[in-house]
Amino acid sequence: MSTAPLIRLNALTKAYGRGQATFQALKGVDLTIDSGDFVAIMGPSGSGKSTMMNILGCLDTPTGGSYEFRGVHIEDVSRNQRALLRRHYLGFVFQGFNLLARTTALENVELPLIYRGESAVVRQQRARAALAQVGLKGWEDHTPGELSGGQQQRVAIARAIVSDPEILLADEPTGNLDTSTSAEIMELITNLNRERGITVLMVTHEPEMAEYAKRVVRIVDGVIASDQRNGEAA
Amino acid sequence: MFWNTLLLSIRAIRRNLMRSFLTILGIVIGVAAVITMVTLGNGATKSVSDQISSMGSNILIVAPGQRFGPGSGGAPSFKLADAEAIENQIYNAKWVAPTTSKSATAVYQANNWSTVVYGSNNDYFPAGNWELADGRDFSDSEQRSGKAVCVIGETVRENLFGTASPIGSQIRIKQFSCEVIGLLEAKGQSAMGHDQDDMVVMPLRTVQRRLTGSQDISRITVSARDTNSISSVKKKIELLMRERRNIGENEDDDFRVMDTRQIADTLTSTTRILTLLLGAVAAVSLLVGGIGIMNIMLVSVTERTREIGIRLAIGALEREVLLQFLIEAVVLSSIGGIIGLILATTASLVLSGIMNIPYIFDPGINLLAFLFSAAIGVIFGFFPARRAAGLNPIDALRHE
Ligand SMILES: Nc1ncnc2c1ncn2[C@@H]1O[C@H](COP(=O)(O)OP(=O)(O)OP(=O)(O)O)[C@@H](O)[C@H]1O
Ligand SMILES: [Mg+2]
Repeated sequence: MSTAPLIRLNALTKAYGRGQATFQALKGVDLTIDSGDFVAIMGPSGSGKSTMMNILGCLDTPTGGSYEFRGVHIEDVSRNQRALLRRHYLGFVFQGFNLLARTTALENVELPLIYRGESAVVRQQRARAALAQVGLKGWEDHTPGELSGGQQQRVAIARAIVSDPEILLADEPTGNLDTSTSAEIMELITNLNRERGITVLMVTHEPEMAEYAKRVVRIVDGVIASDQRNGEAA
Repeated sequence: MFWNTLLLSIRAIRRNLMRSFLTILGIVIGVAAVITMVTLGNGATKSVSDQISSMGSNILIVAPGQRFGPGSGGAPSFKLADAEAIENQIYNAKWVAPTTSKSATAVYQANNWSTVVYGSNNDYFPAGNWELADGRDFSDSEQRSGKAVCVIGETVRENLFGTASPIGSQIRIKQFSCEVIGLLEAKGQSAMGHDQDDMVVMPLRTVQRRLTGSQDISRITVSARDTNSISSVKKKIELLMRERRNIGENEDDDFRVMDTRQIADTLTSTTRILTLLLGAVAAVSLLVGGIGIMNIMLVSVTERTREIGIRLAIGALEREVLLQFLIEAVVLSSIGGIIGLILATTASLVLSGIMNIPYIFDPGINLLAFLFSAAIGVIFGFFPARRAAGLNPIDALRHE
């Protein structure tokens, strides 16, 4: 493994709106994440967690500072290259699932593989495996409308991991779930991190969920307030 | 990439059956309406021009007044002498048929039938492309003495005689009875829905004496010897008539000489207006279909924008998303277009059968309607998608 970090944020800023109405959601974030890490991101509502995740996931662009992913300056690359990064390296689980409506779980999970150009056989096989991994064996033909919130969340996770991403970015993956389902999901994510070596960045409000992570980063008001390894003294 | 994208498009179509159905419906209505209307319009035009050529070739019609249609607008009528002058002085005038007419009821035994009685000479038949199905035409002495003999059309025969042969029978018209000496070959309906076989022809003098009570003739039908001589014959007739009617150098004609092309022009301009009107109606349906499609697409823009956001977020390239939407629009428009074509062909065949006009397949309008509807489908299916695909994925996902 190279010594360069997987992710390096340098004085990253993000402003929404223009002129008088400008709102500074991120006010200079410095953060380095190594491959294989499992980072929980915490902080009050509106502190900029989702904003940062979206930038890390190449879904949004920063207004200032730099974001290096494997040594590549993301702010300099084209739209298409960012799309290809998402396709090949990133798996994103949204705060609000974002599954295709009226589309079966299987087809939803297959989608990233279609854009990767996998054959139908490979797609089916891997999508089924991913669904089985999140405990949805037998639910392949159900559409989001026929699934509970927790099940939809798991379909979203299956879709994020089906393409074997380098990084899993999960924005409150247990936000809508009860304690026992949350625990299952966390076990799953921990396993992905431990066994498949997937780097995990996860936003959460709940300290119990943050316990699963190796490292906890706190964001307050668009800046990093604290950054510590679990098990270290506060 | 193409096959994968095709797969995605088909999944998207299947996923939104209602939307797909309504889009197709909009296109079907537009395409079917335009093609049907224009095809019927063309059929009507064709039928009119067929009609005109069945009138006989190289025909010139000389009538008083300047307007085409009934009424001479006060201009003096022609007399038999005018027709004789044309016959004697214009070499290339092959047939000259002075004609007058009067509506009358024909009675045979218990049957009566109201029809139009034409008074003319034997030139009337070849000039009008009429053949005798039975019997004979007028003899010289019958014409000279104005004898009560007649040649009848098929419709008159059918209504008075049923299945029997009319030759030799006496029919009564007004106060006199008249011997049927000939029967005309049936021609059928004219383009304008007029039954050409509904008539009785008598010698000119007979009609003038017994029916109209005047020496006037309402028109003279002249047949030129061949196509090349039409214009010279026309010019000569005009000069001759100006002279006979004492029209001064600077005065306008108080009569007109129309050739078949002019008559054709008048009739086809009528049907052309009809076709235009039908076309306008059809264009409105195309527009309505288009607005329907636009509506459906705009209603679904939010959902589709979020869908695009999802696709972009999981790694679709902008052009892949666009291609998917393009294929989707093209597939729906084509299905709609093909159904529309089939429907239009069926409707045109049935309606032209009912309206008794020929069915003419017009590849141009079929192609045009198809392309236009495809364009509508693509414009309304594709352009909203193009906007959405240009957004940051996160903005597309947040679209409300
Ligand atoms: N598209 C936007 N336009 C304007 N302001 C925005 C936009 N998105 C986020 N914001 C603002 O930026 C701030 C940070 O939002 P963000 O979604 O990152 O918060 P968060 O930490 O994820 O909160 P939560 O825990 O509630 O999800 C908020 O104050 C929000 O109002
Ligand atoms: Mg958030």
